Amino acid sequence: MLRRDFLGLAAGSVVSAWMPGAIAAGAAAPDGYRNLLVLLELKGGNDGLNTVVPYADPNYYRLRPRIAIKREEVMQLSDRVGLHPSLGALMPLWQGRELAVVQGLGYPKPNQSHFRSIEIWDTASGSEQYLTDGWLARAFAANPVPAGYVADGVVVGSQEMGPFAGGARAVALSNTEQFLRQSRLATPSAKRGNAALSHILKVEGEIVQAAGNLGIGVQLRTEFPNGEFGNALRTASQVIASQAGVAAVRVSLNGFDTHQNQPGQQANLLKQLAEGLVAFKAALQELNRWNSALVMTYAEFGRRAAENNSNGTDHGTANSHFVMGGQVRGGLYGPAPQLDRLDNGNLVHSIDFRSLYATVLEKWWGNDAKAALGGRFQPIDLLRA
Amino acid sequence: MRDLLTRIGYWVVLLGLGALVFSHGGRANGAGMGFDEARHLLNRTGFGASPGEIAEFSTLTREQAVERLLRPARTVAAQPVPAWVNEAITPPRQLRDAGEQARKAFQQEQVRRGFELRGWWLAEMIVTPSPLVERMTLFWHNHFVSSQQKVRYVQLMYRQNLLLRQHALGNFAALLHAAAKDPAMIIYLDSASNRKGQPNENFAREVMELFTMGEGHYGETDIREAARAFTGWSIEPETGEYRWRPFLHDEGQKTVLGASGNFDGDAVLDILLARSATAEFITRKLWREFVSPLPDEREVRRIAARFRESGYDTGTALRWLLLSPAFWSQEARGSLVKSPVDLVVGTVRSFQFQTGDALPFSMVTASLGQNLFAPPNVKGWPGGEAWINSSTLLARKQFLERLFRAQEMPPQAMSNREMADGARMKDFAKVKGQGRLGEEGRERFVRALTDIHFDSAAWFKGLGGYAPLARRAVLATDPANDALMTPGTLAEKDWLRQLVLDPAFQLK
Repeated sequence: MLRRDFLGLAAGSVVSAWMPGAIAAGAAAPDGYRNLLVLLELKGGNDGLNTVVPYADPNYYRLRPRIAIKREEVMQLSDRVGLHPSLGALMPLWQGRELAVVQGLGYPKPNQSHFRSIEIWDTASGSEQYLTDGWLARAFAANPVPAGYVADGVVVGSQEMGPFAGGARAVALSNTEQFLRQSRLATPSAKRGNAALSHILKVEGEIVQAAGNLGIGVQLRTEFPNGEFGNALRTASQVIASQAGVAAVRVSLNGFDTHQNQPGQQANLLKQLAEGLVAFKAALQELNRWNSALVMTYAEFGRRAAENNSNGTDHGTANSHFVMGGQVRGGLYGPAPQLDRLDNGNLVHSIDFRSLYATVLEKWWGNDAKAALGGRFQPIDLLRA
Repeated sequence: MRDLLTRIGYWVVLLGLGALVFSHGGRANGAGMGFDEARHLLNRTGFGASPGEIAEFSTLTREQAVERLLRPARTVAAQPVPAWVNEAITPPRQLRDAGEQARKAFQQEQVRRGFELRGWWLAEMIVTPSPLVERMTLFWHNHFVSSQQKVRYVQLMYRQNLLLRQHALGNFAALLHAAAKDPAMIIYLDSASNRKGQPNENFAREVMELFTMGEGHYGETDIREAARAFTGWSIEPETGEYRWRPFLHDEGQKTVLGASGNFDGDAVLDILLARSATAEFITRKLWREFVSPLPDEREVRRIAARFRESGYDTGTALRWLLLSPAFWSQEARGSLVKSPVDLVVGTVRSFQFQTGDALPFSMVTASLGQNLFAPPNVKGWPGGEAWINSSTLLARKQFLERLFRAQEMPPQAMSNREMADGARMKDFAKVKGQGRLGEEGRERFVRALTDIHFDSAAWFKGLGGYAPLARRAVLATDPANDALMTPGTLAEKDWLRQLVLDPAFQLK
């Protein structure tokens, strides 16, 4: 018995010592998780049509007589589409070709419930497929993040684990110093119990590990906009600054469910988004991470093509999203939405959102995407070679 | 809250009997259900349980105990309400025309009132003799969700709370009809802007997905058709009361779930109530609230059928759930995660903390993820394991640590000033929103903190001084840390503090 165990162990170490290639095939690419993913959730379902505005399309103005962004106010990206004026702060990124705008992201048989649709995005499931694990939790299970990292993922300023749910080593925090101070209240335990107790014990263990690896909070020179979102981005930057590393960070901006009086609310939110992102880029540059960071927005859905009667928009389907970073090849991706070919008043998607995820998994981290996405999705060619 | 001390006296007397009845086993010989079962039932149906309450219930049979809990003691709250709750609302148009400064003042006033209302409700939960009524009011708040963030008028949130309490253990069908037309709900799910020819589907979708049948029992067409039936529901801008506006109602033919007719909103609600999926959906949700995280589908169907036959009497559903074998099974013990309200109110009640103003507690539950009157979205707080992540778990433990440190600082020992500078204040004050209380509110906050007091000696005495019983009173299961099974070398109060910091204390 003992001898067999010993041999088994020895065989394992022989393989790893002599056949590094064989190990690499199953693990992350050498530098895989040195590349950082930052997810920005635009919670509530941002209105993509008033974010990336098809200003040359008369249908747009026909569908939205009251809330459309005026042609002369749009920040032009091409002769057909332009950004909402509150996103003006992003124009230098666009001009520097570090901002990709992906149009028409969605999935077949779209679901218009907030909860179900964000679950579909978070778990990377099909519309009629119910998964419990987040897509990043599955990705990290297939290709583990190095054990010395702070965590697989860090959620800032939200208590929903989203794409990390169900297995990833993930911590949620809103302030790094507070987290370190409080972490002494957690104790690791080898005990097991029912599902609820096991969950609590797992979280205790993750706290102990994250606190051990987070190191002393780094003071950044970069200034962030005032408010909750600016604070969350500052905390995210401090986590990213830690020597130990982290594979993915998720930050949320709330309030995009604009059924009523959309124009003022959305303008305010997009302004926060753009100014926050500009500060975040500066922080990542300060940390020398801008070239190894990929920042990506997502949301449960876009909104109905036509405005409603309350100066707002109802839940919709396909949407536009932003991807940015030092390695991003800026530009427009995906065809502009076809407003003359709506399905029951809704946009028809042209790119499956899982293609965006495949881009992260395969091109950014160098892993096989199938385990996490449950199928093959064509990556979007938005990274510099 | 001040009568707690006199109640403690009563419990101590009662416990003379209790210590005998508890003995050491689960079910005491013969009649009573014993200590552990009484503790389980009271923790699940109320918020924690004091040794005296456990003693009292341990002499009853399960059936007697459940009957006593369901005999609805009250349908109105006893705590004095703030004067503004019955004020008329400021009509939206008047607000629009009032200018920037007045609008800002209005907004600040609503925030302040929100704090006050949360404190009011938590105080009710802390002192009520019918905790099941408050638990069910909270359950319905998390079912028929509305949020102050969108509704804005705090009076309307208060009125909705009265409605939920009135029907808490009553009839679900009546509650559905009333909650659908509740003014806070009409604002929250945009029913007032749902008009003939210009439908807004928000309410129609959520009533099917979240209030009655659940996903998978209807299609997008049903939602669109139902939205037309719900047109005409509105509120009176001057009073904030429900108002039917016939000229905005779509009088055409609608087809919902296969039935066709010139339906109005109530007719559609009745169509939804006629579906067995509705009774099953509610029963499943009650199961997750009271029994365990994973409903037994056969039992759900059995209980749902009785629920529906009773004409949706909520007490009937609860009686069957609380007397089901699953509720009493060993697997169910400690299988639910305490909500922030469970943790805060339950700890205060279980240990007979002396408290004053509940204002600080409302901020604690908010920072732990449960801001009363402001659930995160229309689906409510997801609950269960979602309550616990690294940030909320640490905040929970910190709260408990500070709370139990209160026993070392009797109220008279510290001046307000010292409290304000002291460690307890520092950590409590970090709770989000404290800065928006205003000067008067901050003073109230500090005063409330100095009023918190725990007498561990009296509490132990309440258990007849029998230490193993203390562990069983505090935890629903064995502690994760084996060393805490007995006090060992720890002083009793230190052992208690360790027990509440054990991971098992997060379970009920």
